[in-house]
Amino acid sequence: MGVLEGKVAFITGAARGQGRSHAVRLAQEGADIIAVDIAAQIDSVPYPMATPEDLAETVKQVEALDRRIHAVQADVRDREALQAAFDGGVALLGGVDIVLANAGIAPLSMHPTRQEWFDVVDVNLTGVYQTVEVSKQALIDRGGGAIVLTSSTAGLAGIGGSAPGGLGYTAAKHGVVGLMRSYANQLAEHSIRVNTIHPTGVNTPMVVNDVMQEFLQSDPLLSNAMANALPVPMIEPVDLSNAILFLVSDAGRYVTGVTLPVDAGFLNKR
Amino acid sequence: MGRVEGKVAFITGAARGQGRAHAIRLAQEGADIIAIDVCEPINAVPYDPATEEDLAETVRQVEALDRRIIATKADVRDMAQVQKAVDDGVAQLGRLDIVSANAGISGRPNRSEDIPDDEWSDMLDINLSGVWRAVRASIPHLKAGGRGGSVVLTSSDAGLFAYENISHYVSAKHGVIGLMRTLALELARDMIRVNAICPTTVDTDMVQNDAIYRLFRPDLENPGKQDFADAAIQMNALPIPWVEAVDISNALLFLASDEARYITGVALPVDAGAAVK
Repeated sequence: MGVLEGKVAFITGAARGQGRSHAVRLAQEGADIIAVDIAAQIDSVPYPMATPEDLAETVKQVEALDRRIHAVQADVRDREALQAAFDGGVALLGGVDIVLANAGIAPLSMHPTRQEWFDVVDVNLTGVYQTVEVSKQALIDRGGGAIVLTSSTAGLAGIGGSAPGGLGYTAAKHGVVGLMRSYANQLAEHSIRVNTIHPTGVNTPMVVNDVMQEFLQSDPLLSNAMANALPVPMIEPVDLSNAILFLVSDAGRYVTGVTLPVDAGFLNKR
Repeated sequence: MGRVEGKVAFITGAARGQGRAHAIRLAQEGADIIAIDVCEPINAVPYDPATEEDLAETVRQVEALDRRIIATKADVRDMAQVQKAVDDGVAQLGRLDIVSANAGISGRPNRSEDIPDDEWSDMLDINLSGVWRAVRASIPHLKAGGRGGSVVLTSSDAGLFAYENISHYVSAKHGVIGLMRTLALELARDMIRVNAICPTTVDTDMVQNDAIYRLFRPDLENPGKQDFADAAIQMNALPIPWVEAVDISNALLFLASDEARYITGVALPVDAGAAVK
């Protein structure tokens, strides 16, 4: 029997990368999934974003585990669309126990634009806020739950460079920590726990693409900023999924308000 | 298949409380155990100490899970005793993968200027130097095993924040965080991870005693368990007075397992939101 048998998880950015990995890992442990992803391009993002085909692949992998999944193409910046996707999932799968605010972008390139700042703050901070806002009443009604917000090593350290996209990324990921701490305090009386995870570089299409590699190699300070303490260049999406599984399962029933690095020792090395 | 199948764990302070819970939880997931405990009164400790019978009960419970356990009466204040216990355990169980430096005491509450010199020394010798000795004795075996390893030091929310009237405890637990961070850097290239757990109040004999009741309720002449609970719940964000030993064991299990293979240098509160409150 899985450790999340009978639970329902709401996951943003679930078409590929960490989000897909979370959907699959939680489904392996018995959870049903409400998955959303923009599955479309944002103009200021210089690498290819997820597609409807990617989201369909997540559906396929969760269903192959004999779990149910309600997948909707929705943008975390669009409160109404996000609420509709969430409500549709609840109608189909029942109350929600777990919320993973995972959707994020990294508009970092050799050709920065002012628009990057606005888009990355919209998606990576406002999108996280809206994800919790559309779902928190359902958790309260359920009598408890667990929320994990995906921050970054850049949510605890001033890395990311000086372009609008990098500054916005670091500012947004720091902002997620403030959101987490506020929600952890406000929702504790409802036995809802709220934590952040802080990944170092993860082997996903957001990081492993030509634009990002060119950007990182352009400046030794930036590539040094990606160097871990453990002798591994990057970590895998499942490593974040396993940390989330600990946080949202009964094994983490009294863990709340915590910033958990999954970073191969990156932050401690600084 | 257990989550730490085929691994061997060294646990200090394993006679009862969190240490026993760790031994059982890791054994449930397939680990063999090397256990030590002082099993003796300590001058600075104002509550009943663990006994050799307690340690024997840990042995019984691990063996009931069909795992092997080598338990030794040994004091973390004595490097030779710790080293011998680890060396003997590894000789019998074959290797070492996990270290839980858990042994610790809580002392008599006093303002800093009133803490007796010997009570300060005992506290630091057990709660900080004892942690270092446990790791020091283990590092050669972890490296020799060739598969990396996971070291988990038991700190406290008192390792992150100040609490009045227990400055010796707060100092030692803060020191554990510094030790953890340094070890995490020194051992990273060998894929040995080092993290700390920072519990809030845990429901064990170290906490459920008159000295702690008085620390939390200086306003009452003879405070009891419920008086303590009324004060303890105020520290946590979640509406509970304390967590159970198994909650710390579950965090330890996560950190010790391959699920946390890239987590190192982290101080992980298991504190019902006491730190964030």
